[in-house]
Amino acid sequence: MKNTIMSNNDTEKKDAYRPNTLSRRELLLRGTGAAAAVAGMGYLALAPEHWRGSLKDSTGLRSVPVEEPKLLPDFSVAAPYNQHVLGIGRTGTIEQLLRKALDGIGGIQRYIQPGDVVLVKPNVAFDRSPNLGATSSPDILKALVNMLLVDCRAREVRIADNPIESPADCFEKSGIKRAAIESGGRIYLPDGNAFELLNTPGATLIEKWPFFYRPFKDVTKVIGLAAVKDHNLCSASMGIKNWYGLLGGKRNTFHQNIHEIIADLSMLIKPTLTILDGTHVLMANGPTGGDPNLVKKGEVVLAATDQVTADAWAFEHLLERGTNYPDYLYRSEARGSGKIHNTDRLREVI
Amino acid sequence: MSKKPELIYPPPTPAKKFLRLTNIRIMSQVLFFAIFIGSIWLSWTSRVGGYHTSFLLEIDPLVAVSTALSTHSIYRYLGGALIIIVLTFLFGRVFCGWICPMGALQQFTAWLFRRGAKRQIDDNRYNKKQSYKYIMVGAMLVLAAMGALQIGLMDPIVWMYRAFTTFIAPMWDMLVSGVETLLSMDLSQAKFAPGVAPRIFAGSFVIGLIFFGFIIINVRHHRFFCRFLCPLGAFLGMLSRFAVFRMDRNVSKCTDCNLCLLRCEGASEPQAKLVESECFSCMNCLDDCPDDALRFAAHGLDKNQAQMEPDLSRRQWVLSGVIGAVSYPMLKNNAYSSDENFSPDLIRPPGSVEESEFLERCIKCDQCINVCPTNVLQPASLAEGGIEALWTPVMNFKIKHCQLKCNLCSEVCPTGAIRKITVAEKLGEGEFREQGPVVLGTAFINRSRCLPWANQIPCVVCEEVCPTSPKAIQTFDEEDKNAFGQIVTLNKPKIEPDLCIGCGICESECPVQDDPAVYITAVGESRSPERRLLLESRVPDEFRS
Repeated sequence: MKNTIMSNNDTEKKDAYRPNTLSRRELLLRGTGAAAAVAGMGYLALAPEHWRGSLKDSTGLRSVPVEEPKLLPDFSVAAPYNQHVLGIGRTGTIEQLLRKALDGIGGIQRYIQPGDVVLVKPNVAFDRSPNLGATSSPDILKALVNMLLVDCRAREVRIADNPIESPADCFEKSGIKRAAIESGGRIYLPDGNAFELLNTPGATLIEKWPFFYRPFKDVTKVIGLAAVKDHNLCSASMGIKNWYGLLGGKRNTFHQNIHEIIADLSMLIKPTLTILDGTHVLMANGPTGGDPNLVKKGEVVLAATDQVTADAWAFEHLLERGTNYPDYLYRSEARGSGKIHNTDRLREVI
Repeated sequence: MSKKPELIYPPPTPAKKFLRLTNIRIMSQVLFFAIFIGSIWLSWTSRVGGYHTSFLLEIDPLVAVSTALSTHSIYRYLGGALIIIVLTFLFGRVFCGWICPMGALQQFTAWLFRRGAKRQIDDNRYNKKQSYKYIMVGAMLVLAAMGALQIGLMDPIVWMYRAFTTFIAPMWDMLVSGVETLLSMDLSQAKFAPGVAPRIFAGSFVIGLIFFGFIIINVRHHRFFCRFLCPLGAFLGMLSRFAVFRMDRNVSKCTDCNLCLLRCEGASEPQAKLVESECFSCMNCLDDCPDDALRFAAHGLDKNQAQMEPDLSRRQWVLSGVIGAVSYPMLKNNAYSSDENFSPDLIRPPGSVEESEFLERCIKCDQCINVCPTNVLQPASLAEGGIEALWTPVMNFKIKHCQLKCNLCSEVCPTGAIRKITVAEKLGEGEFREQGPVVLGTAFINRSRCLPWANQIPCVVCEEVCPTSPKAIQTFDEEDKNAFGQIVTLNKPKIEPDLCIGCGICESECPVQDDPAVYITAVGESRSPERRLLLESRVPDEFRS
């Protein structure tokens, strides 16, 4: 009730005259305080830009954010001079095909060591069922992740892609999610936070470009697992074009110079391995497909350390389009990403 | 009442047991609020996706009755409203006090800002203007019976879903993303929509502002929305006159202390002649009565101490009907819903029924917009369908496209505005081959903005992403010389409308982003024969996959 009493007193005094003269002490205190505040604010506003703590901005550019681009390491594994660069596995179950292909280049244990954190990049661009050939084979993914975790004792296997359609649905309906769960891989979906600016030295169009970086933190090995598909504009979408799915930003402008961008993609990632699926090849109406009759079934899986060689071989033998290779393969070769003609360094395992 | 008795606060309370009715009510409110939030969280495509999440809308009697009036049918699970109707016949507006998440949210807000006994008691006195909400719901029901469904503009459950979809869920996700970046950890399961770019919703500002207003007004006026505006509350108030149980005051025990007003949720005058249509059966007055003068009972009731029917004169009821009857031509002559003047942007989600039927069913709850995994579904502004179609779902292909193998919007629609269809029916596969795929609209090319057509620059992203087989966007090669003397081969796109299903992926991927060079308009949509484009399909049988 103390409050009540005080408030009663206040109301009584309300109209009475009360002297309110500033004392000397108070004047000095207040004056010093005000001077200090004005000086502080004045420093922030007026001090030259290079002075510590200054907020001055004479160009208007100071508040523009500067993003320090990330760099990716080289994920490839050095091979002896005469090592085969492309293994072609033929006949057998999916797992046998994959194992034969990998045996062609010396076996997967040559490339993945115990404790590695491996990122597998399948092509999950569209919300399509696996039999339509528009996305990577979930069976191969499952066999591959099993091999990585069991045979190679990798510490962790991550699976990541930035699809064109809704990510959760693309992973679900392409069968990739199920395959990942069953084999023990972990899926990374691209949300607003997942992208960082990436520097690709030597690239012409994507030297600095938003990249699906989050799954790459602490990764030591990268494996591309691509579908082999028809593509109207660039003729074929295979191993190199698969890396397109890691880019963010306004990637729909790339089609204005498609061969150049794919050549850039060959430099974006230096993968440990590239695996191409020859069991479901989309021969026409690509890259979306939609008709199972357009899918050529076969018993072939490729595993390569040279993605240019792999793409060239797949273009000629899987898509059956002869040796009139698409321009981007020549450009990739010119950038030093691999060799188109590598016939003496490929090995078929039947 | 001679002299006002002195107020004592807090009231002298005898030891109360924990499991008393008011505490059980709070548990019920928390439970149903959790169900509400959980249903929104669960409905995301990577969680249970297709699971039916509109439970609270299906037990909403106003939705069931008004759609039954407008369509002469009761869709799918809307019969669930009987649960609430029976509860109301038994206990009065128990829905408002015990179940409604909007009511719980308001009560909680008001509790946070509670301002002392005297102000609360003043605020909780009955106000004659509370009866205006009956005029509104009467007008809405007359309107529904004539064929224009507008209850969604005010229904509290609809407001909750709509506001959580377009305003609160994205706000929460934004917050979680911020925390994720700050702590660099994965909190995706705490988000309503994980694994996608942040969702955006046209009109979320207006929806958010109005909803925020409804909630924040509780600081000054306790449960203002429930008491003065809520059409569902009014509808239940009309039913509660038949309630078996009600609050009863024992006049001989009552000392007129007015403490029953201290926390009276409905402002229903428990201290005098109870206005039963305003009572939420919240049981607070039972707690607060120091003299044990109140009881919630079914027998031995004092008839003089309660007014069972809403406090509205016959003239006001007639006025309500007139307002409804006059609103009908106002809405319908507004020309937006006609088959001549429909907007090219009025593109409805797959499974939607014909537009006039759609408007008889859609309650603008925006559940379809909430489950849409691509964010293409947006609440309509006034531009697409006028005031009648405000906040109904339309597709905005500049944001994203309609995903081919997705039927989530049709799964969750509680009223059948989007009829439940399977993916096979959407794509015209299997037994639906004869009737063909659901067509949302038709793609066109604006050659003056298309890079290959207008600027000699290769592009055709549209052709690449077109999902039909064969593709509805075909290209032909043409060599051309550009201004710099370079010979370029251009793949020039053209549309085959017979094959186009209007999914809009071409528009959303077109690099001419602000006004895409390839775009979908509503004409040719398969749900309406009056809005068709082609006389017949030119596609020979062997071309169909």
